[in-house]
Amino acid sequence: MSAFSAIETKRDVDQNEFTPDIEPQATWCPGCGDFGVLKALKGAMTEVGKNPDEVLLVTGIGCSGKLSSYFDSYGYHSIHGRSLPIARASKLANPNLEVVAAGGDGDGYGIGGNHFMHTARENHDMVYIVFNNEIFGLTKGQTSPTSPKGHKSKTQPHGSAKDPVRPLSMSLSAGASYIARTAAVNPNQAKEILVEAIEHDGFAHIDFLTQCPTWNKDAKQYVPYTDVQDDEDFSFEVTDRQEAGEMMYEAESRLSQGEVLTGRFYREDRPSYGQEKRHTGEMPEQPLAERYFDDSYEWERSADLMHRHR
Amino acid sequence: MTNDELLWRIAGGSGDGIDSTSQNFAKALMRSGLNIFTHRHYPSRIRGGHTYVEVRAASHEVKSRGDGYNFLLALGDSFARNPQEDAYYGNEEVKPLTENLDDLREGGVIVYDEGLLDESDVADLDEQAEENGWHVYPLNLRGLAREHGREVMRNTAGVGATAALLGMELDPVEELMEERMSGEVLEQNLEILEIAKNEVEEREFTHDLQIPAVEDGGNDEQVLVSGSTAIAYGAIDEGCRFISGYPMTPWTDVFTIMSQNLPEFGGIAEQVEDEIAAASLAIGASHAGVKAMSGSSGGGFALMSEPLGLAEMAETPIVLVEAMRAGPSTGMPTKPEQGDLEHVLYTSQGDSNRVVFAPGNAQEAYEQTRRAFQLAYNYQLPAIVLYDQKLSGELINVDEAFFDREPNPSLGSVLTEEEIADAPHHHSGKFNRYRHDVENGVSPRSIPGQEDGRFLVTGNEHTPQGHISEDPDNRINQMDRRMEKLESIRAELDANDQSSQTVYTPDDEAEHQYGIMTFGSQQGTVEEATKRLSDDGHSVKALGVSELLPYPTEEVKAFLDSVDQCMIVEMNASAQFRGLTQKELGGYGEMMTSLLKYNGNPFEPEEIVEGFESSISGDGDAPGHSTTFVPAASD
Ligand SMILES: Cc1ncc(C[n+]2csc(CCOP(=O)(O)OP(=O)(O)O)c2C)c(N)n1
Ligand code: SF4
Repeated sequence: MSAFSAIETKRDVDQNEFTPDIEPQATWCPGCGDFGVLKALKGAMTEVGKNPDEVLLVTGIGCSGKLSSYFDSYGYHSIHGRSLPIARASKLANPNLEVVAAGGDGDGYGIGGNHFMHTARENHDMVYIVFNNEIFGLTKGQTSPTSPKGHKSKTQPHGSAKDPVRPLSMSLSAGASYIARTAAVNPNQAKEILVEAIEHDGFAHIDFLTQCPTWNKDAKQYVPYTDVQDDEDFSFEVTDRQEAGEMMYEAESRLSQGEVLTGRFYREDRPSYGQEKRHTGEMPEQPLAERYFDDSYEWERSADLMHRHR
Repeated sequence: MTNDELLWRIAGGSGDGIDSTSQNFAKALMRSGLNIFTHRHYPSRIRGGHTYVEVRAASHEVKSRGDGYNFLLALGDSFARNPQEDAYYGNEEVKPLTENLDDLREGGVIVYDEGLLDESDVADLDEQAEENGWHVYPLNLRGLAREHGREVMRNTAGVGATAALLGMELDPVEELMEERMSGEVLEQNLEILEIAKNEVEEREFTHDLQIPAVEDGGNDEQVLVSGSTAIAYGAIDEGCRFISGYPMTPWTDVFTIMSQNLPEFGGIAEQVEDEIAAASLAIGASHAGVKAMSGSSGGGFALMSEPLGLAEMAETPIVLVEAMRAGPSTGMPTKPEQGDLEHVLYTSQGDSNRVVFAPGNAQEAYEQTRRAFQLAYNYQLPAIVLYDQKLSGELINVDEAFFDREPNPSLGSVLTEEEIADAPHHHSGKFNRYRHDVENGVSPRSIPGQEDGRFLVTGNEHTPQGHISEDPDNRINQMDRRMEKLESIRAELDANDQSSQTVYTPDDEAEHQYGIMTFGSQQGTVEEATKRLSDDGHSVKALGVSELLPYPTEEVKAFLDSVDQCMIVEMNASAQFRGLTQKELGGYGEMMTSLLKYNGNPFEPEEIVEGFESSISGDGDAPGHSTTFVPAASD
């Protein structure tokens, strides 16, 4: 019997299996976009047939970070901005796990920006969901890296003098191999994109627009939205880096002006980091984690290295 | 005394091959049957600058650097020879001669490369030599190397000259060269070695220093290892197969050794974007079921503070290494100090719930790294191995058999799927990961991917199922359980018949007038000083403490109760170890004095002897300017 039978033995999973005995209403405000992410993620995991015990969801800190509390799988609610380094090491340790990382725009594009850049560059095989509500939710409404220029908050009373970050463009230049933007107000598209992201073999970054009715007063801030794949005005090839880059730039500029463009922006077939590492011999073929349950494995010892020290 | 031990110092510029030459010389001496201890001194500079390595070789056991040295091989700094007139380095090329002379013992031997160094640049070398009875041999090592090979081989010429002057056989040196070189390079080196030896042998010698006599034949069962090697090998034998790090001196030593070996052993090494990531990766790998390690030095460890706290709260096992160098801030990158003790004990918010070991020598470094993994994985908390730049780089000979150990790949308190099925679950079906009602404070964990084992980890306070909770009763239960682990660990460590603390009693008496106590890497030096003091008729014994958290209260009390007064030796300015000891024991302050050193160099045994004589027994000169004496607390 394998040590990890949740991964090995496939069975049909009911959506409710991803629902723990705790209510998200416990911390999320009514009308919060985070509910939409939760619902889409449950739907997508069920659709691709994942067993809750083979999924590891690593979250950061923020309202968004609570996702792991309300999604029943193996979960790791970590520290602010650090979900990615924890998630990617878990994936290296056991590449058979379905690893998802999630957090807010402050978490991912602010404090965790360095990890975002490097995880995308390395193209780790995982899904990364950034709840983009253009605000710090949990700490009560401060300006975030995605808040529009001129945004006023208690900590920026004169209005922010900074342009917002461009997360899609950042992601592309850093090296993510799947980049999409969806919105909690668009549940069907959100689920479809999540399904693609889970199935994508590489770093799949989803900028997930989530409204924060408590601190960003307009609960409908992402309605109406346009799907760039469905609209004739936008014709670009998602696998063409340059065209994708231009489209992202457009989408980001328009968002600042209140026009919401969502959809798939970039897709690239490139070996994931794990594949690259196995290729160069820096990573074992079999998941490292399994070895610790394999009684017949012969462990090398430091004594094997002693000839160097004689 | 002359032939009792050789203290050979090779000096030159960083990047001139001083390190590898000295290592091979040390190995050759070890192979011929001598005991070895090396001390490395280098500046924070990549090429050029003054650097030296001291190789102490004796037929008796050596556990520390010596006091000064008796043989100087001054090679010259090739990088200092800048063709431009007003080169930044100025006439630094005489440094290998000038910088070293203070520590050269009376009657010592100087060999210098007259191809690179000019004796006339050192104004009073002749007078100094006369005064101290030094024997000076100028040799054109550079010319010789150029003529028979390449200039870089002047190190080899220096070794050949050393062999001639000390009456040493070349066989072990040649053997080592044959093992690590080949082709033309080997031929040329062997030739230069021979020629240098023969040429020098024809000269007339005035000195009588000889290679120390070997007592009982060879020493072929010995290996030469550093503290960092020992830590890396301890980790490997404990089944650690994941390392994540970011370079920082001197932690880089362990990081490099692990990175070079893990892929060959089917493990994973990751150099990442910063130290926060490094510690977080170790957490991720460990959570997913792999034995993982990370580490850094002062500033990098500061960045690890938050993930360290997460590992405590989330009870994810990890082992971190902290290799101290002189601080604060970036301090002196290549100089040892023991100033991060409090940082490592108390960094991160909340009550510290971690294990800290501070090994005193290479063997302890190996054993305590293994112990750190065992405790981390059995008790689900972070364990830290605290050492410093001195222990990191110094080489010592160890019985090869010492490393012939059983591996231990056990993940500790992890359940199999069968065990998970039998384990208590919450009525919702969720695995009770953080049960209150367990022995030792340890609630067994499951690994992602195991059927029916899922749970939530969080750095927030949480219920047994891992849900965030601020319920006061739950908080007390969880907090008490986590803290209980430290008590269980203390009990386990105390019950172990092999204590980690090293008591050194030269005369086997239990009761003594005086004690000397230290922690970490100063242990060998303290032992050596204690032996000298004992030989001089003092009633003294020593204790090297290497468990810092949980603190070995009973053992330290027993030691202090067996002496009248105790001197605490440590390499920092604020007596951090003494402070810890007083905090843990809640008394004994009036019997403790401190001997401190923080100038970037580790203690020499004689400095401890002097400090002891002046401060404790009151019959010596005041300690030198490089050490500081802090008297006992009094009412
Ligand atoms: C190191 C650190 N700094 C600050 C905080 C406080 N903090 C918690 S959540 C948060 C911002 C959350 O904003 P965002 O990431 O956008 O997520 P949201 O709450 O909007 O979902 C901050 C600053 C923290 N927990 N840790
Ligand atoms: S504060 Fe905003 S982001 Fe947080 S739960 Fe409420 S609505 Fe959602």
